[in-house]
Amino acid sequence: MKHLLELLERTAARWPDRLSYCDEHSVHTWAQTAALTAAIGSGLCRAGVQGRPVALYLDHEAPCIHAMLGTMAAGGFYAVLDTAQPAARVRAITDQLRPAVLLTDEAHRQAALDLNTGAELLLYEELAAAPVDAAALAAVRAAAIDTDLAYVLFTSGSTGAPKGVAVPHRAVLAYSAWAAQTFSITEQTVFGNQTPFYFSMSVTDIFTSLRTGACVQVVPKRLFSFPVQLLEYLTEKNVNTLYWVPSALGIVANWKALDYTAPPALHTILFAGEVMPTPKLNYWRAHYPAARFANLYGPTETTDICAYYEVDRDFADDEPLPIGRACDNCGLLILKDGRAAAPGEEGELCARGSFLALGYYDMPDKTAERFIQNPLQPHYPEIIYRTGDLVTVNGRGELMYSGRIDHQIKHMGYRIELGEIETAAAGQDKLDSCACLYDAAADRLVLFFQARRDVTEALRERLAGRLPAYMRPAEYRRVKQMPQNANGKIDRAALKALL
Amino acid sequence: MHTIDEILQILDEVKPGLEAGENDELVKTGLLDSVDIMGIVMAISEEFDLEITPLDLKEENFHTAAAMLALVNRLEEE
Repeated sequence: MKHLLELLERTAARWPDRLSYCDEHSVHTWAQTAALTAAIGSGLCRAGVQGRPVALYLDHEAPCIHAMLGTMAAGGFYAVLDTAQPAARVRAITDQLRPAVLLTDEAHRQAALDLNTGAELLLYEELAAAPVDAAALAAVRAAAIDTDLAYVLFTSGSTGAPKGVAVPHRAVLAYSAWAAQTFSITEQTVFGNQTPFYFSMSVTDIFTSLRTGACVQVVPKRLFSFPVQLLEYLTEKNVNTLYWVPSALGIVANWKALDYTAPPALHTILFAGEVMPTPKLNYWRAHYPAARFANLYGPTETTDICAYYEVDRDFADDEPLPIGRACDNCGLLILKDGRAAAPGEEGELCARGSFLALGYYDMPDKTAERFIQNPLQPHYPEIIYRTGDLVTVNGRGELMYSGRIDHQIKHMGYRIELGEIETAAAGQDKLDSCACLYDAAADRLVLFFQARRDVTEALRERLAGRLPAYMRPAEYRRVKQMPQNANGKIDRAALKALL
Repeated sequence: MHTIDEILQILDEVKPGLEAGENDELVKTGLLDSVDIMGIVMAISEEFDLEITPLDLKEENFHTAAAMLALVNRLEEE
């Protein structure tokens, strides 16, 4: 297989009348998805996007997925822009990408024009209604190979300029095959999609469905403010599979929402993107004792995931979850100063294999920094990706995430993982969420937390009983609302500004 | 009974610059996101010493300032 749309053709032939990509406002079958893809693809062929980027300025709903597929039908590759982001941030991405086409809809037409990208502006409504040019689509497809780009997803990058991760068809084909098989995704699966389409986790929902005929029900973002209604929406849409960031699962756990309504019929609950606080997982597991739970790990640079741990035992509230072991066709290395880490030694996790991105779009220096020759295998060219994440291997042979290299701090002469402090705090009753930051200027640890009651004293006592003195926060700061970034994860940069 | 001004003041504290009118739609328009709503829930709970349960935390109770006022007055009566 060389092209992701071969999956669509197979699925649409096999399950034409089953639901494909749906949202609050629209319902589609696979036959309709195939027809929309051909129409949009034909319009984009006329715009000459073969081998060129198409920026999608569309809301987090089903039409955006059809625009992605249409872009690939025309031989182009897409980048999804966040319509809720300030124009300056969107411009930082389009300046980097220089798209051939900016694809938007009537609702965002003016905002798209105001971006002044210089790209040709096309409207979704017009493309979706355009006649299909089968000859043009066939010609583009005949020229495609599996190392052509499927998309470029932009990650925020801790130091300013957004980086576009360039991912080829081959990586998504390999990744979606692994994910669908490992988590038994079939035409019976209904995803409740939480993650925005500019975030790599959504690749799992979208492309395992394309492969298997599963359905994606995009959950309206505003429902993540109203946990009982959120659960009722999942029930109404027959959702049985979730792949969410832990903060989103945490909203349901914080409000104990599963105790206030009939729980939706979920059988698979997957999470990734940040550390899952074990008490939140335990709440979900208590309500779904027969469901499959898995902690997935991976950066955008490995398509979505390179390691996973399927929860197979009980964990105490202050016990961290493993990230498990490598996915098929992913090799994981733990490097310490350019050599393999000794057994039990902490090192940087690096990945090689079929899921790897090709590099950063138009950023050769950044690419050379992170995508490097495998130092353990000098005999032929082999690229590995340095994740910047620190891991160890536990006694069971499972990978344990210990933090970001750039989150590791030195305080009172000790090297400290801030995540370890957060895990120790996480089991505190009434605590919704917490994040520990190091205030370098004052050389002290500050624990920010959101809680229904002021639990400062309880936290102080709890951590005194669990952590050595040098790891105990000097200050506890209760925030009314834990800031979140656009993906729904805790926004550490915003907290840092409060120090 | 509380007044709409008390609610508007809370909204202004949680989301400075929002300048919402009494009946402006705040949720479907995206003017308030989930972080803002949690901030409003905390602020209302503390300001009026009320317990907002998961069953009260519904879109229809938070989509306008007027709806929030109705919720606060109803919870005070209960």
